[in-house]
Amino acid sequence: MKFARLSSFKAVRYFILIVLLLALFWEAYKLLGAPGGAYLRGTVPVQADGSEPVGVLCGSVGLCEVELPVRADDRAMPHVWDIWQTIFEPPRRGSDTILLTILLRASLFTLQEAVFGFLFGGCLGFVLGVAFAHSGLLERGLLPYVVASQTVPLLAIAPMVVIWLGGSWFSVAVIAAYLTFFPVTINTLQGLRSPEPTAIELMHSYAATPWEILWKLRVPAALPYIFTALKVSATASVVGAIIGELPSGIADGLGRVILNFNQYYATGPEKLWAAILFASLTGMVFFLVISLLERLVVQRQVSDS
Amino acid sequence: MTKPVVVLENVDMIFGEGAADQVHALKEIDLQIEQNDFISLIGPSGCGKSTLLRVVGDLIQPTSGMATINGKSARQARLDQDYGIVFQAATLYDWRTVAKNVQLPLELMHFSRTERDRRTQAMLELVELTDFAAHYPWQLSGGMQQRVAIARALSFEPSILLMDEPFGALDEMTRERLNLELLNIWRKTNTTVLFVTHSITEAVFLSTRVIVMSARPGRITADIAIDLPQPRNAETRSNVRFFELETEVREALRISEGGQESNRAPA
Repeated sequence: MKFARLSSFKAVRYFILIVLLLALFWEAYKLLGAPGGAYLRGTVPVQADGSEPVGVLCGSVGLCEVELPVRADDRAMPHVWDIWQTIFEPPRRGSDTILLTILLRASLFTLQEAVFGFLFGGCLGFVLGVAFAHSGLLERGLLPYVVASQTVPLLAIAPMVVIWLGGSWFSVAVIAAYLTFFPVTINTLQGLRSPEPTAIELMHSYAATPWEILWKLRVPAALPYIFTALKVSATASVVGAIIGELPSGIADGLGRVILNFNQYYATGPEKLWAAILFASLTGMVFFLVISLLERLVVQRQVSDS
Repeated sequence: MTKPVVVLENVDMIFGEGAADQVHALKEIDLQIEQNDFISLIGPSGCGKSTLLRVVGDLIQPTSGMATINGKSARQARLDQDYGIVFQAATLYDWRTVAKNVQLPLELMHFSRTERDRRTQAMLELVELTDFAAHYPWQLSGGMQQRVAIARALSFEPSILLMDEPFGALDEMTRERLNLELLNIWRKTNTTVLFVTHSITEAVFLSTRVIVMSARPGRITADIAIDLPQPRNAETRSNVRFFELETEVREALRISEGGQESNRAPA
């Protein structure tokens, strides 16, 4: 427990550090752009209105009009502080609700759907993994379809789920589960098969039943594998929920918020970026919760060097 | 003598029978093991000594022949939990503490909690690991892990201890110390031991009988009684008789290998 707390503090510290570095990198990239944002600073030949002298690099070494891969202007890449500021302002005129409140509400709503989807998908994935591990026939018969299911784009599945189940949070959870169950199935299967043959012989020598072998050996051995999948699934379920909200017509989640700000991007790009920030934060919070759970459940080698 | 603990009659084991690459792992094996015997199986790689151990333990079923353990079928003996098994790898469960690992068979056999704790305590004392009860397997050295495996195998007082090269992966010093410890445990618990090894010294030092096997097909080629005095200790290793018996086993091994590769020049 002491180790777990200590290292999760460390993890949070690293996380904040990385966010700061990303912000720094973002602003540094913006600095690279010449006014207008299309070209690398110093490679602009002559400004049309003469407000800018000929670029240094263009004038001296003839390096002119080097295009940046992404425009560095304030529309494509609003300043970090502008994004930060917009979070604390009401996004609509005539309303007192600041963007932060709206985004927090939407994130929580979407997170709820994602958690349900995650639970459905996680349970389904685990059950399928157990079934496949115990029956080669089932594995050969069904696994190809499980794999095939993941090649169908979520965008195509989502509207069908809504048609079948109606536009409710339940449909959204099912759509999120669709993204969640696959990694859990694959990793559960691999994890259940991970014990050495001698570990299984040992159980046989104690006359253990298949049920006992499953719960005393295979499942504990599979837990690290399953948690790896659950961490992937945690973030995937948030993505699934956001995508699922669009055809479901659910207005309370991040899906609608992102769609709205996308439509009005030209007038307020900061708002979409803020929404994206919260969407990824939602995924990360879920990921972190699962990681903490993993530390509590999985007894693994602590390499305290 | 009381009735034998293990009786193997005409046991044959063929893997992939009928296939072009079928392996005749065991051929016409007859073996009797008496109560309190310490039997070592020794032979070249692929002679089927581990297979023989698994037939006795009902982990695999022979192609033909009979394995009778304590007067019952090997399967019944396994279901009655007559076997304690120790493999070359300690095969401890990483997610369980040392004490919990020792308790595993007791849990499966539905011992009460107090009885489990009492036995675990006693077993850890026996292998001198009381201070490590709350440690995890990966915090222990290889030798300590193997001692936990032995404690686990003995926790439910099986009548037969099956050991498949249990000290094969350990260094010489650790191996010698564990040999002595194993003999101590064997004396204290009155178990019958079937022990697979590659080491002639180890086989002679531990056993009451050494069974020499040859490969392809796996057969018993010699059955050597080890008449060294009990209890054995560090001095046993410098006993003249110890060297004589070692030589005898080595000779038997050479003959068993020579029989199979007759074109090899005499050593």
